Amino acid sequence: MTSEQQPGSPPPRHAAARGVVEVRGLVVRRGGRAVLDGLDLEVGAGVTGLLGPSGCGKSTLMRALVGVQRTHGGDVTVLGEPAGSAGLRERVGYVTQAAAVYDDLTVAENLRFFARVLGLRRGEGTSAVDRVLGEVDLAGHRDDVVGRLSGGQRSRVSLAVALLRRPDLLVLDEPTVGLDPVLRQDLWALFHRLAAGADGEPGTAVLVSSHVMDEAERCDRLLLMREGRVIADDTPAAVKAAAGVASVEEAFLALVHDAPTEGGAA
Amino acid sequence: MSAPVTGAVAARVLTQLRRDHRTVAMLLALPTMLIVLLWWVFSDVAGDSFDRIGPALLAIFPFTVMFLVTSVTTLRERSSGTLERLLAMPMGRVDFLLGYAAAFALTAVVQSALAVGVAVGLLGLDVEGPLWLLLLVAVVDAVLGTALGLFVSAFATTEFQAVQFMPLVVIPQLLLCGLFVPRDALPGVLGAISDVLPLSYAVDAMDLLTRPDPGLGEVLGDLAVVAGFALAGLVLGAATLRRRTP
Repeated sequence: MTSEQQPGSPPPRHAAARGVVEVRGLVVRRGGRAVLDGLDLEVGAGVTGLLGPSGCGKSTLMRALVGVQRTHGGDVTVLGEPAGSAGLRERVGYVTQAAAVYDDLTVAENLRFFARVLGLRRGEGTSAVDRVLGEVDLAGHRDDVVGRLSGGQRSRVSLAVALLRRPDLLVLDEPTVGLDPVLRQDLWALFHRLAAGADGEPGTAVLVSSHVMDEAERCDRLLLMREGRVIADDTPAAVKAAAGVASVEEAFLALVHDAPTEGGAA
Repeated sequence: MSAPVTGAVAARVLTQLRRDHRTVAMLLALPTMLIVLLWWVFSDVAGDSFDRIGPALLAIFPFTVMFLVTSVTTLRERSSGTLERLLAMPMGRVDFLLGYAAAFALTAVVQSALAVGVAVGLLGLDVEGPLWLLLLVAVVDAVLGTALGLFVSAFATTEFQAVQFMPLVVIPQLLLCGLFVPRDALPGVLGAISDVLPLSYAVDAMDLLTRPDPGLGEVLGDLAVVAGFALAGLVLGAATLRRRTP
């Protein structure tokens, strides 16, 4: 049910394609508490899952990658530049957990507006809008006002915005919450298509967060997070094998059990 | 700064407005309706009371309505995540602010044209200075309301809090702008405060334009002060748009 392999693109090899994102010693404090306290991690090509319970720092980390999070130490490098650099703003797509689109505009009006902000010329913009509407399966709703759509449809509009310009890195914060299983499967297939690239274009590195462990099986690589620390960083198969268990959820529990305070493996 | 992006923001804000019929009605018709109401209130009073307060109303209502609408609209943009998304895209903060200012300035042109048209055409308000200048003062004044609304929205976390800024920011200016007591008859301290509030200058300019032989230089001087405040409001507003937030 969960482990379809994406067609045509073998999962990237272990260390082959690292370096899309490098985080060194990242510190983020909020309200006197360290949400992230000296975090180190790397994200490479392919589809990387960032998994962990609510409140473990996933969203904060993602915000730091796209350069909208105020940080208190450490370095975040994205595509070779410091996170948030002006040059990255059209190369990194970011989809927040809550749909960041205009409820009082139609789907197409939203997309056309963001296309212009992204610097697409009128013709390019029109074809990009048509393309992304197909990709998120909303072509039939293009002239509906976003506020009247369902929650799942609204979050797909938000995702569509991030796809307008083929980004080199796509950061998705819980994009599949509230979607029915068929749509979820379609979206995961889309993430893998994006990661594989097309027409000789290099693929998009996709970083997807989720608090649902069964989505882990769909990723090329996993970063398991707990309380602001990475407790595992490997392929789903290797994470399970290392813990000697059959599911990522069990592996997570085993890792937490082994290292209740420290976090450990990185 | 990018003209296409500024244009895209302005067009988008206008599309959003157009979809919200009640807000359009409020923006365009409300100032005119209130001016008609006040004309009616004074209609049985001897003297030319309406001629005395009419000009002030042409400055006060567009300012107030624009302040209210902008502070709530931009707060919504901040809280819905769309502002953060835009700032993570190749969008300059100036593009964002100018887009808003342009959209509301355009709305203000229509709003003020209606208000001035009704006040002068139907209610018999005497305007001595050129009408285009009266309209220009009204528009710059509305942009001032927009700029201040953009600025204060940074200090509100809910729409409820944003609305609370209106009595704080607008009503003191209304009390001290010369509407109730001429500014030169105010107690010294209040007169001095009145001298540093932008609405006072908008009202002064309107007032001059309805008097016989208005000195254009003086009107333009007042207008420049209002424009200066509007610009300062936009600059302060830009400072509150932060790409990185806690």
